[in-house]
Amino acid sequence: MLMVEMCHVTFASTSEHHQLCRLEYRSRLIIKSTFIDISVIRLCFVKMACQGLAKGETIHTLKAESETLKGKLEEERAKLHDVELHQVAEKIEALGQFVMKTRRTLKGHGNKVLCMDWCRDKRRIVSSSQDGKVIVWDAYTTNKEHAVTMPCTWVMACAYAPSGCAVACGGLDNKCSVYPLSLDKNENLAAKKKSVAMHTNYLSSCSFTNSDMQILTSSGDGTCALWDVESGQLLQSFHGHSADVLSLNLAPSETGNTFVSGGCDKKANVWDMRSGQNVQSFETHESDINSVKYYPSGDAFATGSDDATCRLYDLRADREVAIYSKESIIFGASSVDFSLSGRLLFAGYNDYTINVWDVLKGTRVAILFGHENRVSTVRVSPDGTAFCSGSWDNTLRIWA
Amino acid sequence: MYDKGAARGVYIHWSSCFAEFWLVLECTMAKNNSLHPNSNGETDDSPNMLVYRKMEDVIARMQDEKNGIPIRTVKSFLSKIPSVFSGSDIVQWLLKNLCIEDQVEALHLGTLMAAHGYFFPISDHVLTLKDDGTFYRFQTPYFWPSNCWEPENTDYAVYLCKRTMQNKARLELADYEAESLARLQRAFARKWEFIFMQAEAQAKVDKKRDKIERKILDSQERAFWDVHRPVPGCVNTTEVDIKKSSRMKNPQKTRKSVYGLQNDIRSHSPTHTPAPEAKQPTEEELQEQIKFWQAQLDRHRLKMSKVAESLLSYTEQYSDYDPFLCTPDPSNPWISDDTTFWEMEASKEPGQTRVRRWGFGINEVLKDPVGREQFLKFLESEFSSENLRFWLAVQELKKRPIREVPTRVQEIWEEFLASGAPSAINVDSKSYDKTTQNIKDPGRYAFQDAQEHIYKLMKSDSYSRFIRSSAYQELLQAKKKKSKNLF
Repeated sequence: MLMVEMCHVTFASTSEHHQLCRLEYRSRLIIKSTFIDISVIRLCFVKMACQGLAKGETIHTLKAESETLKGKLEEERAKLHDVELHQVAEKIEALGQFVMKTRRTLKGHGNKVLCMDWCRDKRRIVSSSQDGKVIVWDAYTTNKEHAVTMPCTWVMACAYAPSGCAVACGGLDNKCSVYPLSLDKNENLAAKKKSVAMHTNYLSSCSFTNSDMQILTSSGDGTCALWDVESGQLLQSFHGHSADVLSLNLAPSETGNTFVSGGCDKKANVWDMRSGQNVQSFETHESDINSVKYYPSGDAFATGSDDATCRLYDLRADREVAIYSKESIIFGASSVDFSLSGRLLFAGYNDYTINVWDVLKGTRVAILFGHENRVSTVRVSPDGTAFCSGSWDNTLRIWA
Repeated sequence: MYDKGAARGVYIHWSSCFAEFWLVLECTMAKNNSLHPNSNGETDDSPNMLVYRKMEDVIARMQDEKNGIPIRTVKSFLSKIPSVFSGSDIVQWLLKNLCIEDQVEALHLGTLMAAHGYFFPISDHVLTLKDDGTFYRFQTPYFWPSNCWEPENTDYAVYLCKRTMQNKARLELADYEAESLARLQRAFARKWEFIFMQAEAQAKVDKKRDKIERKILDSQERAFWDVHRPVPGCVNTTEVDIKKSSRMKNPQKTRKSVYGLQNDIRSHSPTHTPAPEAKQPTEEELQEQIKFWQAQLDRHRLKMSKVAESLLSYTEQYSDYDPFLCTPDPSNPWISDDTTFWEMEASKEPGQTRVRRWGFGINEVLKDPVGREQFLKFLESEFSSENLRFWLAVQELKKRPIREVPTRVQEIWEEFLASGAPSAINVDSKSYDKTTQNIKDPGRYAFQDAQEHIYKLMKSDSYSRFIRSSAYQELLQAKKKKSKNLF
């Protein structure tokens, strides 16, 4: 007799009919006297109506087919793996000792700094915080130039417009709003706020395209979207992630129309902005991908993840080409960015440090201490002369 | 014994009475070996858990009899200090066993582990690691953060109250604790009698324990509260990223009561919503997935060796322009507090290094506003600027608000593509036909095909002529720069 013990209910074989829809139970399956201990068992009880049975079978065969193709893809990708990046990089000179110090400390936020972005003028930045404040600074002088109080706390995303005349921000309010920056410091910025994006969950990241007129957003609702700023119209939406999308980055090309996104489903997806299609997908991380950033040529991108590694994926090779990790690094990487030439990868971690990696050789070249709590965001300035880090210790630091 | 590794799918047909049901078992193995299944066979892969498990692995190694940290009982004045090890013991162990090269790094990692409560200084509320003879003790697994503790203020009140009953100098409340106790007394004024009774009961039980055992347990309990109610100014390591906290897989696992004051198993923390059932993919979604994988399989891939060479050469080419690798001329403004570098970049007269960069590829010219200007000027001198002007116009079109797009599309069509256009460009017939179709329903990408064709033309023709031109060569020679200081 077959007995299945589910939770605390035992179904013995009786003539009772149990009409159950698909259910998931963790259970021990006892077949005769053989004890089977299986870590996860999914039990499907389907009433044996013909359609019901057929549907179950179709879904199952489709799933199997999908898995097979996925496996084949991994095989194909592996075939062209004739050498490791760091092996080829042995012929180039090692980098010397770096002297990177905090050159400016920006204090003023009352709570965790969650995000920041550079202005194209290479010295101004915008930052957002858990306390609901969005501040525009001249990082060079450390002066605060504008401050906006958002109606919600946890402003997780902020971005500077290409013209330097506006900033966008959002977070727990599920929206992305644009604030024009006025030259008149006394003017109430909040009054001119424009709501652009509407998601059904938190806004995790936002970025202007090459223009003040379009914004790309990513959200906890699992989608990314492109919006027309002036009208608030949705121009394109991007579906494909199966969990929260945490980060996005536009390709640094004059001609390209692609961007990459990373999420809690451990996937990094490359999208065509025109068609909304997912054109490439990578899934090798073991936990959430918190940050994605293109390599300056646009042919590759790096990711930072809660699995404590950063990885480099190349679009032409169509695979992961490097992992940046160390036994002593056990906290997740929250944010990554490249130096101008792509030789260095700056990564901020939840262990309060910033690790600097040699992208080609795969080694760590420096570890930067200074922040007193998690580093939540790291971005290199537009001309590569410095990078800025924001932290849960309420401060931002400029490093050079 | 069933071979876990071999399990893929098992179909079992129920006999007789269950004949109406198909039982389909899908055995899915834990995909990742680094995740530890708990007793239910459930793997909790939430980001915080991942870190806790890693720290716990390190702790386990630290506690190993052979290769771990030697734990000893130290005699001190009239008493014994049980079960301790020194801060420098920890630092040395980390340096040796986790391949850490630097003492500062070992100290930092150790401090983090202390801040999470895995070991603690026996005489300090502040959870930090010192590389000296300061004594530390391991925390008992019961109090580990991986048990999802979220102790309530009522428990904290009981704890602080209990401390005041124990009349020992070493257990005296610190200032911040006394303040907390006062605050809690006000907040829980109505149930204070109950709290007091609990504290009394606890104190009674504690008194009956063995002296040495008490010392250890007291310190561990204190360390637990140092994690969950840290000293003001210290980092609260129990804080979570709100984006991840709402994905708590198992709200039932949250433990809220240290002293069993409430029926905590069933209570739900207000910030945690039960994780939604993982959605099963629909048939259409699966068909889409299959199409996607097939398209990916058809993709043309480059060999790793080729890709590596490409990455190397790109980085090599731009390393002179990377301020982290090569000091900018005259200096990095952030380091020298001198903005000359920025002023030079802003000037209309491009320096030699900047002009040299335009030679790297057409994108460099198009990216740099001065480069674009020079390129345009050159083409105008040759009366062949319509291609670049078209390309620039289409780029501009994509930046307009959607409202202005239809008009702009028409204007661009009239200027560059319509019959008799003043700046007629040459596109292949395929692109031309497509564009003719597109402008009937004008969108931002109406000229996409034409633009791609023109870009290729410019790249192979106009751009190479520009780089070879005397105008460009002159700019290149213009300013002789002094040699850079390599770092």
